[in-house]
Amino acid sequence: MNKQLLLGAEAIAQAALDAGISGVYAYPGTPSTEITEYVQKSPQAKEPFVRSAWATNEKTAYEAALGMSYAGKRSLVCMKHVGLNVAADAFMNSSVTGIHGGLVIVVADDPSMHSSQNEQDSRVYGKFAMIPVLEPANQQETYNMTRHAFDLSEQTALPVLLRIPTRLSHSRAVVTRKETRPQNNLAPSEEKGKWILLPANARRNYQQLLEKQQQLMSLSESSPYNKIMEGTGKKAAIAFGIGYNYAMEVIGSYKLQIPLLKISQYPLPEHKIKAFCDQYDDILIVEEGYPVYEELLKGYFGNRKFRGRLDGALPRMGELSPAPLAKALGLTTSETKVIPAIVASRPPMLCQGCGHRDLFDALNLAMESYPYKQVFGDIGCYTLGALPPYNAISTCVDMGASITMAKGAADAGLRPAVCVIGDSTFTHSGMTGLLDAVNDRSSVTIIISDNDTTAMTGGQDSAGTGRFFDICKGLGVEEEHIRLMVPLKKNLNENSTILKEELDYNGVSVIISQRECVQTLKKQKKQCTKISSSPA
Amino acid sequence: MYKNIIIAGVGGQGILTIASIIDLAAMNLGLHVKQAEVHGMSQRGGAVESHLRISTEEIYSDLIPLGKADMILSLEPMESLRYLPFLAPDGVIVTSTEPYENIDSYPDKTELLQKISESSSAFLVDAKSMATAAGNVMTYNVAMLGAAAPYIGMEPEELEKAIVTYFGGKGEKIVETNLNAFRLGKDNTQK
Repeated sequence: MNKQLLLGAEAIAQAALDAGISGVYAYPGTPSTEITEYVQKSPQAKEPFVRSAWATNEKTAYEAALGMSYAGKRSLVCMKHVGLNVAADAFMNSSVTGIHGGLVIVVADDPSMHSSQNEQDSRVYGKFAMIPVLEPANQQETYNMTRHAFDLSEQTALPVLLRIPTRLSHSRAVVTRKETRPQNNLAPSEEKGKWILLPANARRNYQQLLEKQQQLMSLSESSPYNKIMEGTGKKAAIAFGIGYNYAMEVIGSYKLQIPLLKISQYPLPEHKIKAFCDQYDDILIVEEGYPVYEELLKGYFGNRKFRGRLDGALPRMGELSPAPLAKALGLTTSETKVIPAIVASRPPMLCQGCGHRDLFDALNLAMESYPYKQVFGDIGCYTLGALPPYNAISTCVDMGASITMAKGAADAGLRPAVCVIGDSTFTHSGMTGLLDAVNDRSSVTIIISDNDTTAMTGGQDSAGTGRFFDICKGLGVEEEHIRLMVPLKKNLNENSTILKEELDYNGVSVIISQRECVQTLKKQKKQCTKISSSPA
Repeated sequence: MYKNIIIAGVGGQGILTIASIIDLAAMNLGLHVKQAEVHGMSQRGGAVESHLRISTEEIYSDLIPLGKADMILSLEPMESLRYLPFLAPDGVIVTSTEPYENIDSYPDKTELLQKISESSSAFLVDAKSMATAAGNVMTYNVAMLGAAAPYIGMEPEELEKAIVTYFGGKGEKIVETNLNAFRLGKDNTQK
């Protein structure tokens, strides 16, 4: 029972439960989704109760986590890297208020953009907010450091950011658990100046945050997670987070003796770094993500003894792996087998029977008669409508952008100005954009492709299920221009007519294209058979 | 002992089940395990793979280094070739011969199987027939696990124990069918 095979994401969830959280707050996003799902399924979260339902977006999640912390209890908030952009307002200011009960924010970065629009490095955000950042290398360390993060948060009265990349979040290993500790008791904060960020208070708090940096630095100096592996020679390496795994892999397989400094807790331990760097004249900086600390160590005029992603020793973009590291250390790698030309690429695609397919067929048919065929898209399975055979989507930028970009294009004179957004994305960040369009009487057609779930990330609950008509009406869309359609092959012509009518309307119209996701339907059917076939 | 295995296929084919069974067996033997999986967008009918590493020593990289895989275990013939740069010079391919054709540009099957045989020592397995013979075509992936069993670096009995644990919650019949599929697969490649 003490040893379990866990994904990095699951190790975080288990550690947070063992550390005595009272709640986890999150919006699904690859590669962070499994953290919250693990808590939702864990019997340990039933008694004493740990709340874990999905939030509408990362900002509401972060603020709720902060509220739980205000009340004295420990909370965990999880998101993918771009989700922190959404939560950034709350996040940045929470470093100025500080926290009460321990608050840990887990951000899962996606270098190589396996399931994302960019590969932004969340350590930059941690530095920006001036809070402790932890970056574990493996699954056991992920468990240990999540526990450590809650202690560190309560010790420094600051939120702590734990950063993991896809490769750690979605990789499994054996993890040994520690003892569990009870949740905190309800003890709402009585400190007013701390929480009311009026300028006079904010200035005082910010001053305190600046003064705290020395304490954070010395905690990093003494952290067991920042450690030196001795070696010989004048060449050395500094490996950050998961970069340590690749460095150790290369050191092991080539039987190298190079000294290695592993960094997993920030801010950088200044003395440890300086003492290490002074001894060597060629130091490879191994960072997963942006060359954040390579840039810092190199300095403005570029100290050449530091090599890494900036001077081309390592690739500037994409996730690390052992081969480029070996090359950067001047080692020869043997020739590898080549993929035969016969192998065709197999990109992801919309599932057979998916309602988005029938929507795109109807939309393409409706758009045939217009000279401009641009359709603004959003984040979700339906982004795959950009690929053949549909080629139906022209943009995909950020959550909710389809509506507001369509609005801006309509303002510029584009007709029709039409967009496709999923149900969960609509409640995440689309509703405010719709209100803008209503207030401005923009000529936009908004298609909510509603499949009752957050499908792309594996079928999590969607915040507005069953209420889209009422939400749109409440936001001020005229009732006769909120149209419903069922995306099925047999309805192709009827649906295309509905779409055309609204594309021609000079005002805001919403079309709710509603049919349940085939994947969640399959899952439900499976569960139903399970229940009906199990003995009473 | 150090084994690096790439499990390849198309999203939805049951790669993670195979990986979980091997993981479980390795953990029961007290071995170190690391298994990187693909979640998210690619699972929608795209090419997916899992890097699985088992060892008596500590494992660092979650990814198998290029040229270091002992085996590519593929649920689909074309996918067995996609990860060739990872295969060691003396590595083996164990692949199902049943194409999963969800793209227009899928290559000719005969040519494909020939390429596989040219690429390394390869075992071409008719997993579909085995799964059908075992009593349920859904055991396709477990039949492939059986076919790969002689090259995983542990006794097949350990994998059988893990199959019993893994499917235990689903009832005796499902456990039996999967064990049948595993054994049919194993008999196919074991010399």
